[in-house]
Amino acid sequence: MRFAITVHGGPYTNQSSHSALNFAKAVLHEGHDLYRVFFYHDGVFNGSEIMAPPQDEIDLYGEWRQLALDHELDLVVCIASALRRGVINPTEAERYEKSAANLGKPFTISGLGQLIDAALSADRLVTFRV
Amino acid sequence: MSDRQLLFVQSRAPHGSLFGQEGLDAILMGSAFATCAVLMHGDGIYQLIRDQRSSGTSTRDYSVSYGALGDYGVETVFCVQEDLTERRLVVDDLVIPVSVIDRADVASLLNDYNTILDF
Repeated sequence: MRFAITVHGGPYTNQSSHSALNFAKAVLHEGHDLYRVFFYHDGVFNGSEIMAPPQDEIDLYGEWRQLALDHELDLVVCIASALRRGVINPTEAERYEKSAANLGKPFTISGLGQLIDAALSADRLVTFRV
Repeated sequence: MSDRQLLFVQSRAPHGSLFGQEGLDAILMGSAFATCAVLMHGDGIYQLIRDQRSSGTSTRDYSVSYGALGDYGVETVFCVQEDLTERRLVVDDLVIPVSVIDRADVASLLNDYNTILDF
């Protein structure tokens, strides 16, 4: 089966990101396709490569990054959600004349069309709400 | 246009969080690609209240944008009779026409759509 996931919760604030990560791992472990993970609302903070959690806690950005590299996942943060919350890549930092960028690879910034495309392309869209 | 049908569920009051506003953005985008409908569920019905004055909360009064849904091809906005009654609201309090259904019919409504996007 082909799954898509959307994440609404910010990392470490509630269970949304942790559950989404665990679900993504389970989908892949069971041999299903994961079409895209779309980060919306505070979920965009999952893509911040400058998060520095204590060593005895899960590194959510690092976990998403490694999972994406291992399985060639498409990790997309919503551009509107990300820009207003200060999650940007070097291209957007230059466009908006900001002094820094924090969106880590392999996360990419794109529009809401990617959420709709995921909803229409996957057999199941699973939303991890707050 | 995809032949799949999307149902967007808005279940939060406006202005206390950004879920309603960002959910509406998703609805407008979805309408460009597929047949879409919206269910204003529970406190989500408050997003449609007329004459909101949100300047005191430093948030945008996006309720007016619901008026554009028809132009975007969104066929139906549903709300639940019990949600209105419990909040002492009537359809005339709302910025757009809605299709009122009974709470008992919500499950079958959800079942009518291929994909639910829940905010």
